[in-house]
Amino acid sequence: MEKILEVKNLCVSFKTHNGVVKAIRGVSFDLFKGETLAIVGESGSGKSVTTKVLMGILAKNGIIEEGEVLFDNKDLTKITKKEISNIKGKDIAIIFQDPMTSLNPTMTVGYQIAESIIEHQGLTKNEAKSKAMELIKLVGINQSEKRYKQYPHQLSGGMRQRIVIAIALACNPRILIADEPTTALDVTIQAQILDLIKELQEKIGLSIIFITHDLGVVANVADRVAVMYAGKIVEFGTAEEIFFDPRHPYTWGLLASVPDLNSEINKLYAIPGAPPNLLYPPKGDAFALRSDFALKVDLEEEPPFFKVTDTHYAATWLLHENAPKVEMPEILKVRIESMKKEVSQYDY
Amino acid sequence: MTTKNQVILRVENLSQHFKLGRKNILKAMDKVSFTVNKGETFGLVGESGSGKSTTGRSIIRLYNPTDGDVEFLGKRISGKIDKRTESMLRTKMQMIFQDPMASLNPRKTVLDIIAQGLDIHKLYKTKKERNKKVYDILETVGLSKEHAHRYPHEFSGGQRQRIGIARALVVDPEFVIADEAISALDVSIQAQVVNLLKKMQEERELTYIFIAHDLSMVRYISDRIGVMHLGKMVEIGSASNIYNNPIHPYTKSLLSAIPHPNPLLERYRKRVDYDKSNIDYDEGELVEIEKDHFVLGTEGEIKRWTA
Repeated sequence: MEKILEVKNLCVSFKTHNGVVKAIRGVSFDLFKGETLAIVGESGSGKSVTTKVLMGILAKNGIIEEGEVLFDNKDLTKITKKEISNIKGKDIAIIFQDPMTSLNPTMTVGYQIAESIIEHQGLTKNEAKSKAMELIKLVGINQSEKRYKQYPHQLSGGMRQRIVIAIALACNPRILIADEPTTALDVTIQAQILDLIKELQEKIGLSIIFITHDLGVVANVADRVAVMYAGKIVEFGTAEEIFFDPRHPYTWGLLASVPDLNSEINKLYAIPGAPPNLLYPPKGDAFALRSDFALKVDLEEEPPFFKVTDTHYAATWLLHENAPKVEMPEILKVRIESMKKEVSQYDY
Repeated sequence: MTTKNQVILRVENLSQHFKLGRKNILKAMDKVSFTVNKGETFGLVGESGSGKSTTGRSIIRLYNPTDGDVEFLGKRISGKIDKRTESMLRTKMQMIFQDPMASLNPRKTVLDIIAQGLDIHKLYKTKKERNKKVYDILETVGLSKEHAHRYPHEFSGGQRQRIGIARALVVDPEFVIADEAISALDVSIQAQVVNLLKKMQEERELTYIFIAHDLSMVRYISDRIGVMHLGKMVEIGSASNIYNNPIHPYTKSLLSAIPHPNPLLERYRKRVDYDKSNIDYDEGELVEIEKDHFVLGTEGEIKRWTA
């Protein structure tokens, strides 16, 4: 498969009143052409900061300490502001969580779509207008003529998010970053937007980085999944590998703490404690203090990635050949068994 | 568990209409009826604007309902009520809100926030007793005595929600309305808080109304569930009735939209769209189609759905 984006050992810190927060501590991943890579993690795990680096919209107090982001043989962390503004919004587009805050309330939605077409493609106003109208149709909104002239407050939440997607797609991007695009929406609307994103991906051949904390959504959209914790990727693999054969204790905890509609369980597994404060990142495995499976070495030394399969890697000492044999929690085992059974029941 | 068939709350034809300007009326909640049994968790689900929060707020008198009756512990608590009923209601029924930061006063210490209910209802004799009650409840919800003298901003989201729970439980209520109490929390913290709510329920024989839009969490925590849409209660039943045998097309559509954490299943799932065009909510009545399973519909509609 063809790599479209390569992130190598990215480290980002923020200067704050209380000291330097090490928000991202060595993140590496590849994005392949046409795939959807989901990045999951809790708030503060660094998933959104990662995307901000890709877009060149890091807050002013953020510093890229190390690492590179390779796109089209260019390192996005080193190019000038002008060069990056040619890429952002054009080759790489982003949609955010809350469609109301990412739209300008004083401009018609149609013009907001046309604006970036005029900016990046140098079309005239009228050409841009007819292209914007096409995009409105493309994202599944009827009466494009009427909608073009409306303001964001006149549209429903789902429709606003469709407009945001239309703006993102206006310049035929190659990469779409979706940062929690459905979190603020109702489940029924969420389902529609997810379907729309998948449908557009097939039509246009987009590569998508999908940021979310909802594992159901991940299962729905992702080809591959990267799990982030405390500024690092702790495990990555194909969606099936992560959901059916997770290896990192944090992934275990995460999967076991969401209730599954289909299984009758009467206690949820809750990961004890809270994520570490990244003002003082812990030594060794950042998850060790909350983990039931921590080894002595976890408190001393950071685990490297161990290979599970060609596509599946996990950063935990448990996979070291000298580590004691540890199995995932019983709750999760039962769950995965029942999920597999469920699939065979449907017999696709 | 306690016997779960003694009715603790009865809501009858409760309506809440908001005036929007001179002509328009928003029927946020229209002729909603249901009962909640002692010791159970009644889940309320629906999309935003369905009236689920309005229902919770109208019951606890944050809004003044337009019409209808609410009966709690055998007493009428809607409309005009006397001082004694009011004071009973204000201790026996409590609420936990969605955003713990917005619902905690940033200028007060945790001690004073939690003790406010005790102060108002004079539920202690000495200051020592007051503080002890607060310390005890802090321990119960998984915080410690040392936390009492800090301010809300010093806590994480999960801890703040624990403070919200402590504030609700310190006056020893029997009934708690949790309005999206876990929606603002991270996945792993959600599980902690839900487990805490369950533990409290077992220890104190609490009854909950659990309002949420996360249907898998509602299924997990609830004994019975009410599904709301456009201000109407369209289906009520036990959790397994609602999830395994949904009758109302809206419930079916809602359930089909929940993503499951199972990638193989997700890839092939079909969603059911909801078409309201030939369903008249105003004509329909809640009909019992099996034991403890009610569906809103006219005779013809129900026949169509159950056929």
